Amino acid sequence: MDLSVNIAGMKLKNPVIAASGTFGFGKEYSKFFDLNKLGGISVKGLTLEPRKGNEPPRIAETPGGILNSVGLQNPGVHAFIRDEIPFLREFDTAVIANVAGNTVDDYRAIVEILSDADIDAIELNVSCPNVKEGCLLFGSTAAGVFDVTDAVRKVCKKPLIVKLSPNVTDITEIARAAEAAGADCISLINTILGMSIDVEKRKPVLANVMGGLSGPAVKPVAVRMVYQTAKAVKVPIIGMGGISNESDAIEFMLAGASAVMIGTAGFVNPNVWVDTIQGIEEYIKENGFDNAADLTGALIE
Amino acid sequence: MDFRERIVKTETLAKDIHLIRIRSEQITGKAVPGQFVNVRCSNGLDAYLRRPISICSVCPTDKTFDIVYMKRGKGTSLLCGFCEGDMIDVIGPLGSGFTMPSAGEKIAVVGGGIGIFPLLYLLESCNGVNKTAFLGFRSKDAVVMKDAFEYASNKLVVATDDGTFGVKGFVTKPFFDWLNVNRPDRVYTCGPLPMIKSVAEHCVKKKIFCEVSMEQRMGCGIGACLVCSCKVKEGPDFDYARVCKDGPVFPAEKLIFE
Ligand SMILES: Cc1cc2nc3c(=O)[nH]c(=O)nc-3n(C[C@H](O)[C@H](O)[C@H](O)COP(=O)(O)OP(=O)(O)OC[C@H]3O[C@@H](n4cnc5c(N)ncnc54)[C@H](O)[C@@H]3O)c2cc1C
Ligand SMILES: Cc1cc2nc3c(=O)[nH]c(=O)nc-3n(C[C@H](O)[C@H](O)[C@H](O)COP(=O)(O)O)c2cc1C
Ligand code: FES
Repeated sequence: MDLSVNIAGMKLKNPVIAASGTFGFGKEYSKFFDLNKLGGISVKGLTLEPRKGNEPPRIAETPGGILNSVGLQNPGVHAFIRDEIPFLREFDTAVIANVAGNTVDDYRAIVEILSDADIDAIELNVSCPNVKEGCLLFGSTAAGVFDVTDAVRKVCKKPLIVKLSPNVTDITEIARAAEAAGADCISLINTILGMSIDVEKRKPVLANVMGGLSGPAVKPVAVRMVYQTAKAVKVPIIGMGGISNESDAIEFMLAGASAVMIGTAGFVNPNVWVDTIQGIEEYIKENGFDNAADLTGALIE
Repeated sequence: MDFRERIVKTETLAKDIHLIRIRSEQITGKAVPGQFVNVRCSNGLDAYLRRPISICSVCPTDKTFDIVYMKRGKGTSLLCGFCEGDMIDVIGPLGSGFTMPSAGEKIAVVGGGIGIFPLLYLLESCNGVNKTAFLGFRSKDAVVMKDAFEYASNKLVVATDDGTFGVKGFVTKPFFDWLNVNRPDRVYTCGPLPMIKSVAEHCVKKKIFCEVSMEQRMGCGIGACLVCSCKVKEGPDFDYARVCKDGPVFPAEKLIFE
């Protein structure tokens, strides 16, 4: 039985990847389990220059999920290459650099730098709801996604994943734009813009007022968007949003995802990634599949 | 990895203040004062995140540790349902602890409300040290662990906001009075923001070593998600540190209070 999957010219040993922003650069979770077990790691969103992020509080608990407003706090791409890649490369797992910027030029510059770095793929974050400029602005229209992807494609020497925002009217239109501009793969969903109010204080819980919703609460929305996107594009899809176990992960694969990412659920169960890999293996065995890749799109309609 | 450990005792200390004693070789073997554990309050999606609670006391021979919590919202209300013999899902010890005093030094701890608990573990862990404890509570009904603090320190001063027990007013008042005639080698503080801010600023001004235990809403609790920020000085500028990993204990002079 084979758990490995091929996406965008990358061979992952299994379809489970740690989602960007929830896993840092891997060091913290490496104390809980062997990172060699992961299909891949998408690192914290990187920008050209270091960013401090937003004022705290940056998190609010909501029914079955969380709102976050971290706002891309990161040490900058150069510090990532210098300080974080060597550690990540101690493990046999795909390293995906998640990148964000304010302008098309920012995106192009950071992708140019990362094209020569020792990483396996680049994930273009055009969907962060927590920063004032750029990012989500590009992600919310098909034209915006096309422009950034197109500009980046010309300089990108790595497999290019474009991560889409769910905060749009028609996800398929955006996904087609990314594909047309040369994306090798599409990942979705990023967080859903939300808000939470403390009624005692009559104030927003987050200092930033609004934040991105993730965790089990978003799963049905995410599965639906993966399903629609899979029908709209030919490039492979990485699905995410609220996955907490193998059955959630398989749901995304049946809807059309070739691999999955897990984030928020790790805050509650730090072993969620390895538990899910093991669960997928058992499901495949019990349901007569030969390999994990056969789950993709195996939905009976 | 399985994080479930056995509860060996639960006790109500005052209205809405409860103690849980947990047996864990792993946690008691590694813990130092100032660290916390991240507790799962439910198995379902309600009160989804773990709750950070300080380690209040450790018994190395029994391999048990105590957490004491105040019932506030959803998660801590669910904690009240745990009983002796139950298993509880706790990750820890987490965070960085207090700098321990050396033998012969003179220290003071200043705690308010639920902030007093990590200070007890600190007091219980240092021997040959002259220890004065200042504790503040809302009122007499909220005073807890007085005997334990009395036993663990050389001198205990209790203050209540309404004067129903000990000194009337905020605990900072008797502490600052004491500071006028005493010069401790180290001060440790944990509690409500106005209290820790005033203790920290006072100590920084007088150039007294002071460490502050901070609180912030957490996600992962282990340093990976960057949600638990606290503003700290970084050269001429500022930066956001992680309360769960870089803290919860910070040197007073590093902190920027707003
Ligand atoms: C390092 C650290 C040590 C702590 N030690 C203790 C202790 O020993 N005893 C004790 O009673 N309390 C302690 N607290 C505070 C305790 O974590 C909160 O009271 C608790 O999380 C509230 O949860 P709830 O479900 O009752 O409230 P809810 O309002 O339902 O909580 C909603 C969300 O907000 C978070 N939250 C709410 N208040 C706080 C707070 N003050 N600090 C951090 N997160 C908060 C919760 O964790 C949860 O994610 C500590 C906090 C930190 C950060
Ligand atoms: C605290 C936090 C920080 C995040 N940071 C990023 C980021 O830097 N870049 C990005 O593309 N997505 C980021 N995300 C979104 C996640 O990668 C993921 O798309 C989303 O959380 C849905 O998956 P989940 O429900 O499994 O967490 C972040 C999510 C959280 C909770
Ligand atoms: S709670 Fe995730 S970094 Fe502190």
